[in-house]
Amino acid sequence: VPVASGTGGMQTVTLIPGDGIGPEISSAVMKIFETAKAPIRWEERNVTAIKGPGGRWMIPPDAKESMDKSKIGLKGPLKTPIAAGHPSMNLLLRKTFDLYANVRPCISIEGYKTPYTDVNLVTIRENTEGEYSGIEHVIVDGVVQSIKLITEDASRRIAEYAFEYARNNQRNSVTAVHKANIMRMSDGLFLRKCREVAENYKDIKFTEMYLDTVCLNMVQDPTQFDVLVMPNLYGDILSDLCAGLIGGLGVTPSGNIGANGVAIFESVHGTAPDIAGLDLANPTALLLSAVMMLRHMGLHDYGNKIQTACFDTIRDKKVLTKDLGGNSKCSEFTADICRRIQDLD
Amino acid sequence: NSLLLITYKMPLLQPPPAKYGGRHTVTLIPGDGIGPELLNHVREVFRFSCVPVDFEVVHVNSAVETEDDINNAITAIRRNGVALKGNIETKHTMAPSVKSRNNLLRTSLDLYANVMHCQSLPGVQTRHKNIDIMIIRENTEGEYSSLEHESVSGVVESLKIITRNNSLRIADYAFKLAREKGRRRVTAVHKANIMKLGDGLFLQCCREVASGYPDITFDSMIVDNTTMQLVSKPQQFDVMVMPNLYGNVVSNVCAGLVGGPGLVPGANYGHVYAVFETATRNTGKSIANRNIANPTAMLLASCMMLDHLKLYDHASSIRNAILNTMNETRLHTADIGGQGTTSEVVQTIMRFIQSKGQLTSEY
Repeated sequence: VPVASGTGGMQTVTLIPGDGIGPEISSAVMKIFETAKAPIRWEERNVTAIKGPGGRWMIPPDAKESMDKSKIGLKGPLKTPIAAGHPSMNLLLRKTFDLYANVRPCISIEGYKTPYTDVNLVTIRENTEGEYSGIEHVIVDGVVQSIKLITEDASRRIAEYAFEYARNNQRNSVTAVHKANIMRMSDGLFLRKCREVAENYKDIKFTEMYLDTVCLNMVQDPTQFDVLVMPNLYGDILSDLCAGLIGGLGVTPSGNIGANGVAIFESVHGTAPDIAGLDLANPTALLLSAVMMLRHMGLHDYGNKIQTACFDTIRDKKVLTKDLGGNSKCSEFTADICRRIQDLD
Repeated sequence: NSLLLITYKMPLLQPPPAKYGGRHTVTLIPGDGIGPELLNHVREVFRFSCVPVDFEVVHVNSAVETEDDINNAITAIRRNGVALKGNIETKHTMAPSVKSRNNLLRTSLDLYANVMHCQSLPGVQTRHKNIDIMIIRENTEGEYSSLEHESVSGVVESLKIITRNNSLRIADYAFKLAREKGRRRVTAVHKANIMKLGDGLFLQCCREVASGYPDITFDSMIVDNTTMQLVSKPQQFDVMVMPNLYGNVVSNVCAGLVGGPGLVPGANYGHVYAVFETATRNTGKSIANRNIANPTAMLLASCMMLDHLKLYDHASSIRNAILNTMNETRLHTADIGGQGTTSEVVQTIMRFIQSKGQLTSEY
């Protein structure tokens, strides 16, 4: 748990509203936090890429400074630049803060029906290497080689995070997802590191499962899974698959853990430019990510209160946004949550 | 019932001619786990139905490091042209240089197309209904190239290879099959936004092939979105084509959606050879030899093989019997929520075949 930075018991969080619907859902979250009297002081920053000295793309220095000091960030959706000349902002943030673990708790939302009920699992994805190393070559015309990189250090680090997370969040088991039958050396290394780390966490059950078996079983009975840890690509696919089980990216929280105690929580849906500024957006994903953030900071009571209010609003079905099946405005949805928080106090 | 009319004809491949006396010889690889018992049931049903197929059994020992066994199996398949197999276990305790036997078999015989037809079966309870997806997965390259090395201590590189030739080949297979089966749409699954060169090449090849089939709609979807769509609205998919690893993920998701690994058969086709097995290739060690495995997938795979050998009547007869038996909920095996045993299911299938008045032997 990071040291509180800020005065009067308030902790500072760097807020990156993002693009499209980003600003309005960020406002919704800030309003809800204010109503809940959460001890958070928001420091808003922009992260459009700028070219630094030496010609390298970087995030604006004031954003970096804010994050380095506060250590905690909350981020809305960022526009993907096409032909802007610079890499994606998400990639830049990841590299700047060495965000090595992507964590997505997927919990069925009572009141938002999907064919899957009782989903309660967490995917922990290694986010720096693996298949997304970006190293590709054309060997000869018509033959392309993409390199998947697995290192001992990164594998150990993500395994350690997974077990720590399990312990801190009262989870019972960690399952390593791999394809070591085919990728004998690379996934084999990943698996070995997970096994080694598991030795230091005898209180947590450790199992291994092939990626295909996980997929097969996940769509039949997701309740058998608890915490899943895996390399980059499998993590990308599985975390989205699990998001699909509970209702999609509009309701799924996500957190990125970096080295040096930095953690950035974010909504993983798009910027939805077609509804931006029209008070129609659903702030649930960003709100649940903010709840994840509160728990990470040790502020469990505030987190639980806000989550309960949010789930109650959804279960009640009276003021749902369009994507949840209703026709209310974002502000109405937000107001309902605020009202429930006040009632809970 | 349209299910009764399905035949799985391979567009390009000519199966080997029947050998002496009109009987075919097929290589049979029992494999590990539930493979041996399921394949015994296939032989039982074939014998009972007087199917003119003789099996040449080749064992592959997964516990030895040498490749003699798998090479023997490959030679036998070259000889007979067709095989039916169980999954051969890949033991992690062995050195990384000991490669997956199943993968070796597929690449040596150039079985470039893995084909899986996922259909909702009446009589099986699932969360989603009306699924009818054909998955065509590139079966020889991609992430399964088995090219790995430790460049520096603690740093391993694994190479994913995508070639123009194999991408064009699989795309062409997909479109030809789609046209032959009267399917309307082919969706390429990829991650070209990240793997710009590799998956970019794959996508490019699919587009090129698509332009030669204007009667079929072509679109593409990123693999993570694909899995999300599959668990919420699988009915939107028709035919899907993709590189090896995504094929692994998507086929297992789809098999799970229609009821699990015990139900779906799979086929691996090359220009010259064809090998049939269960679609999700599970070894099933934990349920082996307990008479609880679901024989459906392997039996349906054997029907696909019979179609391939042009023994259509036998294929239909056995397939009808399987699908009718599926309607008897009390016979369902554990994997689909019942308490029936493997042998009960097989006996019922054989009784059904007999009741249709065809020539059968004693059982």
